Amino acid sequence: MEIVLVGLNHRTAPVEVRERVSFTAEQARRASEELRSRGLLEETLVLSTCNRSEVYGVPPESSHETAPGLSNFLSEFHSVHIDVLGVSLYHHYDREAVHHLFRVAAGLDSMMLGEAEILGQVREAYRVAHEQGATGPVLNRLFQGALEVGKRVRSETELGARPMSVASAGVRLAERIFGKLHKHAALVLGAGTISEQVIAQLRDRGIARLLVMNRSQERADGLAKQHGGEALRWGDWERALPLADVIVSSVATEEPVLLRDMLERAMAARGNHALFLMDLGLPRNIDAAVGKLYNVYLYNMDDLSDIVEQNRRARESEIPKADGIVDEHVGKFLSWQASVELVGVLEELRSKMREERAEFIRSRVDTLRHLSEADRAHLEKLMDEMLEGLLLAPAQRLRGEKDLRRKIQNVEALRDLFLARRGKP
Amino acid sequence: MHYGFFILTVAAYGLSFALYLLFLNTGKALTGRLATLLLAGGMVAHYFALLARSRGLHTVPYHDLSGSMSLFGWLLALTYLALEFYHRQRSVGALVLPFVLVFFVAAHLAPADRLSPTEAHGTSFALHVTLSILAYSAFALSFVLSLIFLVEERLLHGHKLRDVVWRLPPLDLLEQMSQSSVLIGLVSFGIGTALGFLWVDRLSHKYSFYDPKYAVTLLLFVSYAVYFRLARTTGWRGARASKLCVLNFLIVFLSFTVVNFYFSPSHRFF
Repeated sequence: MEIVLVGLNHRTAPVEVRERVSFTAEQARRASEELRSRGLLEETLVLSTCNRSEVYGVPPESSHETAPGLSNFLSEFHSVHIDVLGVSLYHHYDREAVHHLFRVAAGLDSMMLGEAEILGQVREAYRVAHEQGATGPVLNRLFQGALEVGKRVRSETELGARPMSVASAGVRLAERIFGKLHKHAALVLGAGTISEQVIAQLRDRGIARLLVMNRSQERADGLAKQHGGEALRWGDWERALPLADVIVSSVATEEPVLLRDMLERAMAARGNHALFLMDLGLPRNIDAAVGKLYNVYLYNMDDLSDIVEQNRRARESEIPKADGIVDEHVGKFLSWQASVELVGVLEELRSKMREERAEFIRSRVDTLRHLSEADRAHLEKLMDEMLEGLLLAPAQRLRGEKDLRRKIQNVEALRDLFLARRGKP
Repeated sequence: MHYGFFILTVAAYGLSFALYLLFLNTGKALTGRLATLLLAGGMVAHYFALLARSRGLHTVPYHDLSGSMSLFGWLLALTYLALEFYHRQRSVGALVLPFVLVFFVAAHLAPADRLSPTEAHGTSFALHVTLSILAYSAFALSFVLSLIFLVEERLLHGHKLRDVVWRLPPLDLLEQMSQSSVLIGLVSFGIGTALGFLWVDRLSHKYSFYDPKYAVTLLLFVSYAVYFRLARTTGWRGARASKLCVLNFLIVFLSFTVVNFYFSPSHRFF
């Protein structure tokens, strides 16, 4: 009952390799089927995100023997030469594989520390594999544990609590002023990548009304249509500015686009309702004097970058707490695994002892001829009871062992000493 | 006899305060719910403490300084709890509970009153006093909320984002909560004052009423009505309205202390 993991991620592989080795949902299903049909794995699960492709499995043979076969499989499946792939792949076995997965689910292994999406991706990968029948008792337990770790880290630490991009930091700041955005309007000036990122964040946070302005009306129309907003004519400030509670500006300009007197008029028109402005342009798009107006909150790129940096430090300070949760659950999983292993080892040992006993009686049959059939059966029963008695005390001690490391070592020792070992070399 | 209730109340309020603080720090929903539960528990114990004291002294709880302060604390907790449920916001609990606790403990330590009972009595008088104290507690709550608003607004305006800014309620919500609180205060103040004038009418044949409390009450009513109007409909919304609310509370404080003690013959502790 060993676990093997073969994969690559943003730390070990450049994006060119990662994109070649990523799995679509259909490919993940097919790979799972092939891995099992080829007998490489008994249980399997493919986890593929934009930053990682990983295959988790329970091999029929020693996990160390299975790993090279899995590497070759990935190379063949994605038609990437093993020499290219080999340098990027990592292999983890048993404890390390469990630890790795739990860190992944916690967001500790993500490119953006503590990102929330990974837990959903792990959940989805598990759902697909489970529905396909590719998982069994080990991977079921493993991934249920991973999901629990992810949930606990999110609820008990602040690892994922703070925004880590300028766009999300800005939108979260707007929420500090307005609360939920579902009754508010946002005006986005510019139609570039940054504007798109902010719009995505605003939509994600439920902004009620989205207005887009851009020098190129065509691009404004396109962006507004794409995100369910309204495009306004560039320069129609008297109409646009009073409508918005949040204004985001990211346009290429030498001079500020929004001046103090324009915003003064807008504030008067909107009855001094609070206004939040994000100036994401370089050079700045909004006159700095606007920030002095009553009930106006102006944040530029530097201000927001400072917040992101503060948040990054705050997230990093949560790593030890998150690692503690991961370690706790790794311990729980290994304890469960050792208990299951113990049952199996004891069963094997019992069966082997019975075989030995039968062989012993067979080999000594001549010396036992004077015994009747009933006596021999009675003797066999007594020997079985004696063997069972021999096993009972160590089995009870092993079951009750609190020290996980010692428990695993003892189960391993039992297997090594008394059974033909099929495990690690 | 009511010493047991005193201990119970202090313990429940104290624990509730600790949990509200923890909730403010961690944002864990369960901690917040437990804090609310303990606050409700504390209020029940506080109610029985008030009841036991009233029975012991054969008088209403607001007859002396101690009872009046204790009732103020209880009504402050009640108003806060109502706002917490209505606005679904627990983050300010940690900043309100200390006031509740201080008023309750101070009431316990306050010296016994030796003044003779007033001539006014009965349900309408009880309602007059209770509603007036409820109004004071609601105004006190709006004062706390306005202070939080001003601090948070200053931090946001000055780009000095500390951890606490991410924990406190949004500015918009703080304003709404403060306005709700003032509305509770205005309504109870209006009804309470009207009931008070019933007693002025009843006792006018015996006494001549030139009580400065009337002028202060009128000033308070107008000040809070002006705040309510400005905060909702004009360019004063935001920090200016919050500053006005803080200033208004200074009048409440003066009315509750200096005016009552030194200038008002018919109002002592309410």
